Amino acid sequence: MSRTHVSCTINGDETEFLCSDDQSLLNALRDELLLTGVKEGCGTGDCGACSILLDGRLTCSCLIFAPEAEGSTILTVEGLAEGDHLHPLQQCFLEGAALQCGVCTPGFLIAAKALLDNNPDPTETEVRYGLAGNLCRCTGYDKIVRSVLEAASQMRESA
Amino acid sequence: MTNPEETTPSKPDYKYIGTRPIRPDGLDKVTGRARFAADLSLPGMLAGHVLRSPHAHARIVSIDTSAAEAIAGVKAVVTRSDFPDLDPANPEYNVTRNLMARDKVLYEGHVVAAVAASSRHIAKLATEAIAVEYEVLPHVLTVDEAMADGAPLLHSDLLTQNVEPEATEASNVARRTVLERGDVEAGFAEADVVIEREFTTKPVHQGYIEPHAVVADTSQDDTSVVWCSSQGHFRVQSQTATMLGWESSQIKVIPAEIGGGFGGKTTIYLEPLAVLLSRKANRPVKLVMSRDEVFRATGPTSGTRIRVKLGAKKDGTLTAGKAWLAYEDGAFPGIWGMLGCWCIFTPYDIPNFHIEGFDVVVNKPVNIAYRAPSAPMAAFATETVLDEIARAVGIDPLDLRLQNAAKEGDASPLGPKHGPIGLSETLDAIRKHPHYSAPLGPNQGRGVATGYWFNIGESSSASVNLNENGTAVVATGSPDIGGSRASMAIMAAEVLGIHPDRIRPVVGDTESIGFTDTTEGSRTTFATGWAVIEACRKIVTELKSRAATMWDVDGEEVEWVDGEARHTKGDNDPLPLAKITAAAKQTGGPLTASASLNAKGAGPAFCSQVCDVEVDPETGLVTILRFTTAQDAGRAIHPSYVEGQMQGGVVQGIGWALNEEYIFDGNGIMENAGFLDYRMPVASDLPMIDTIIVEVPNPVHPYGVRGVGEVGIVPPIPAIANAIHDATGVRLRDLPMSPVRVLEALTNGNGNSDGDA
Amino acid sequence: MKYVAPTSVEEATQLLASEPDARVFAGATDWVPQIQAGRPPPGIMVDLKRIPRLVELRRDEGDGTNGASWTIGAATPAARLTEEDAFRADFPGLTEASGLIGSDQIQNRASLGGNLCNGSPAADTVPAMVVNHAQAVIASSSGTRTIPVAEVVTGPGSTSLEPGELVVEIEVKCPPANTADAYLRFIPRTEMDIAVVGVAARITLDDSGNCSDAQIALGAVAPTVVRVPEAEQALVGSPIDDDTLAAVAAAASAACNPIDDKRGTKEYRRQVAGVLAKRVVVLAAQRARERSGGTA
Repeated sequence: MSRTHVSCTINGDETEFLCSDDQSLLNALRDELLLTGVKEGCGTGDCGACSILLDGRLTCSCLIFAPEAEGSTILTVEGLAEGDHLHPLQQCFLEGAALQCGVCTPGFLIAAKALLDNNPDPTETEVRYGLAGNLCRCTGYDKIVRSVLEAASQMRESA
Repeated sequence: MTNPEETTPSKPDYKYIGTRPIRPDGLDKVTGRARFAADLSLPGMLAGHVLRSPHAHARIVSIDTSAAEAIAGVKAVVTRSDFPDLDPANPEYNVTRNLMARDKVLYEGHVVAAVAASSRHIAKLATEAIAVEYEVLPHVLTVDEAMADGAPLLHSDLLTQNVEPEATEASNVARRTVLERGDVEAGFAEADVVIEREFTTKPVHQGYIEPHAVVADTSQDDTSVVWCSSQGHFRVQSQTATMLGWESSQIKVIPAEIGGGFGGKTTIYLEPLAVLLSRKANRPVKLVMSRDEVFRATGPTSGTRIRVKLGAKKDGTLTAGKAWLAYEDGAFPGIWGMLGCWCIFTPYDIPNFHIEGFDVVVNKPVNIAYRAPSAPMAAFATETVLDEIARAVGIDPLDLRLQNAAKEGDASPLGPKHGPIGLSETLDAIRKHPHYSAPLGPNQGRGVATGYWFNIGESSSASVNLNENGTAVVATGSPDIGGSRASMAIMAAEVLGIHPDRIRPVVGDTESIGFTDTTEGSRTTFATGWAVIEACRKIVTELKSRAATMWDVDGEEVEWVDGEARHTKGDNDPLPLAKITAAAKQTGGPLTASASLNAKGAGPAFCSQVCDVEVDPETGLVTILRFTTAQDAGRAIHPSYVEGQMQGGVVQGIGWALNEEYIFDGNGIMENAGFLDYRMPVASDLPMIDTIIVEVPNPVHPYGVRGVGEVGIVPPIPAIANAIHDATGVRLRDLPMSPVRVLEALTNGNGNSDGDA
Repeated sequence: MKYVAPTSVEEATQLLASEPDARVFAGATDWVPQIQAGRPPPGIMVDLKRIPRLVELRRDEGDGTNGASWTIGAATPAARLTEEDAFRADFPGLTEASGLIGSDQIQNRASLGGNLCNGSPAADTVPAMVVNHAQAVIASSSGTRTIPVAEVVTGPGSTSLEPGELVVEIEVKCPPANTADAYLRFIPRTEMDIAVVGVAARITLDDSGNCSDAQIALGAVAPTVVRVPEAEQALVGSPIDDDTLAAVAAAASAACNPIDDKRGTKEYRRQVAGVLAKRVVVLAAQRARERSGGTA
């Protein structure tokens, strides 16, 4: 089976990889590029653990064929922090105990970033609906929602 | 070594216990650096895939792997002929036959073969090329079907344990359990109110977001290094070795970061397959389950049928209790019915009771523990009937529970007397919380319930190494599924007197740390924490001795306070830990200590909850409006993570109550093996979960710790059922209480002709 | 599977004409899970998202004879509809249907074309498109044709499209004055579920506030979307009072031809179809009233 060459920008870096056409972008990120921050929780778009920003839009990378990434800009959890500075969401998740096992955390951070990019002052309900595509089984969501609201507040203050 | 005598100081002024430092594994988890088993890669690694049975019950007539082996890129294939047949008396006999079917497949998804190949794609193709001839057999899917006369049998040699006369004919009933006290008939005769009800529940899955994954690297000398997602790597080691017919020492197991377990990762599913494939291929092998496989082939918890009969006097005193329980075990026998018997009446002091329970095999994936296993179903029954009794005698449901609550000194149904327990305290906490008296609107209702879980102790090892710069490495053998590394750091910090930031807690592999039992039964903070405390105390003794050497004084003149050695009978300046470690080479060498124990005296956990719901009378949709949970933690080492355990358990209970269930078609094939139709709660389904941590210290543990991880999942189901009744007048006794069932009950009155309001 | 991404409709239709084993896709949010579940993949997968016309979203003001209308590329992500205030103002119901497909992750990929051509009886946007008389523009190597959206799906998983055809865009004329649509669906959770029942309504009010036109369409209760003429007739000329709504509910329940499955029973679907039909009519009427700005 011949492989397709894909060039794209991932976390600010120009990147290229080879993939088979029916390979998901999730698998390409993990297996070809060893960017294992994205996780496979279900492979069918129902859990959000594989969430990325693709050209600024929140998507499940398990539902994207890897060749579709040609020419695109992708953000994964590895690209959230700026050098030594954690993104406020990352810091608030740590301080707010918004993670336990941590396997859903990369997906939640990306989904929360997308939410706050579009809505910097969400209500609790808006946060809950904005994160409805991400499953967590450990926390019951309470501390995740609080941490996102706290991060939103901090980000508004420093804006 | 057994645990020493202990008493807990009463509410002391802890320096670090009760604080909320950032968890040590947190930075890696928010940056994507944390390595879960499926994230690992080794040079030359192959991809594995498992061939699973398409039938719920069938005899395997033949397996032909030749076509698969001929595919380019296929490097190894294993089938039943590659694994030894154990003696049926071996405790792991059933596990080994679950991991690889032998003469029969016993559920859809049962392993028939496994392949390792140069890519996942080829491995999948190869499994499809394995030719298996089956003789399909009739199957049973519920306790009713399995216990019926003439039911098809799963195991021709399964005789029911603990029946009289002794069983001589094979059955699907693996075990009968009986617990009794006093005279139930006399007890019911004394009662003014007697209520008897029957309940059913469906299998539900633990739902961890990370599917099972393993990487195995086996050498030609029959030794293997295994990375896996597991709650207990020592058990992985011994079960894997047993299945292969190897010694445990041939296998080193390194626990990867684990993405949720909740009891579902306390056994093995893939490891021996990966180890043997790797041996045959002479290359590392990675085997990862798909979500579909997780549902079809890993243990959910039991479906059940439970009958509960309770009698009470009109002043609310319970006089008698009778319970009949039947729990599914899945395809191989288990202890789930027995555990149900152990829990069902335990929170209460009932003078006369008779509890009879059955463990029943069915053609479904083998059930495994799920957070306080067997207790939520039992509580659904008891706590709902208690609610009816409360209303029948006109006593507030909380008061009724308070009145009949088991207290310190009462004998539990299993015999031993309760130590100090926090049931009353948690009930009081609920009563005093503003939630309990908040007003309710139309179509809204409120329900309460109480839960109990034993918690266990078992064996743990810990070691402490002090670095030259005064930092410490605390190693244990307990995989961290809830924040235990943070708690270990805090407990070590409290003993050593240095900040938790100076302590690096790690989970050692099977070659680096002493034997430690699996992370289960809410034992980790209790037992492993105790081992950490013991190891740190030993180090403190040694630190004092080194200080004495450095001061050239008698050891009795040295005290350890706030992380430094102090000269009590002289005027030497205090020596902080870092100064002593810096001089370690001169005073006697490296500073290390270890401790192992088999912890006894694990305090049980009690929890009370109150829940408000709104029921849409036209669609049966139940919305959780508000939820408050009060739990006795003994002592909350890291309150945020205690709260996290409480909230997580509640939300799993909510999912179990409202929407989660395994749905099978007539052929025993699971219809909803994915997160679309296996409906776990999402963030928008829920309100905030308010937590109240009550502390009734467990006197046995140095810091009063009581396990917290499990009990939170026990009360939500009955609390919600009671709330639905409060809102609508209708009682649901079959789970899940999905909109279809609720609307049916509202429309038909659910056969509630018993006159309850 | 081989991946190709044509950049024009001509290229896409040529491909479909010459390669019988080629299939088009937009968001693939249904397709990927189906392939995972064992559906045989095609030899060639044709990504439509690089064709500008297929990811457009534009309002044409129209002229004297033809009123304003919207053209939605068949592969335009549903999220673009929910983000477009002007679209929501014209079609609150179709917008809310688009905003109910799965999660935000799904809506950034799922499209009206995909939601339609996947042929699921439970598709959220199809009832809302039907009550708005949406048209599907279909292209092939021999030209284009336009048919009502209601005529595209013929049964679960099947469409009336001929081999070599693909839906290029959806056209919806803006509603007349005093008209508004609404979509409600029932799911057991608050998000992420496939509709157990979905009901769309479009209501027009006359100057005295009575209903002068009604369209009701049910989803997930029959092999394809079902219109409910009896409910529509009961509404026309009525003040939409309780009696009318009861008739609407009864007609909606009667119009169902549902199945028992893992998401709901026949009885449940019938009952809830009636309940939602009432509620969605009330919602659409309320919006129509607001739109008329107090003249009714």
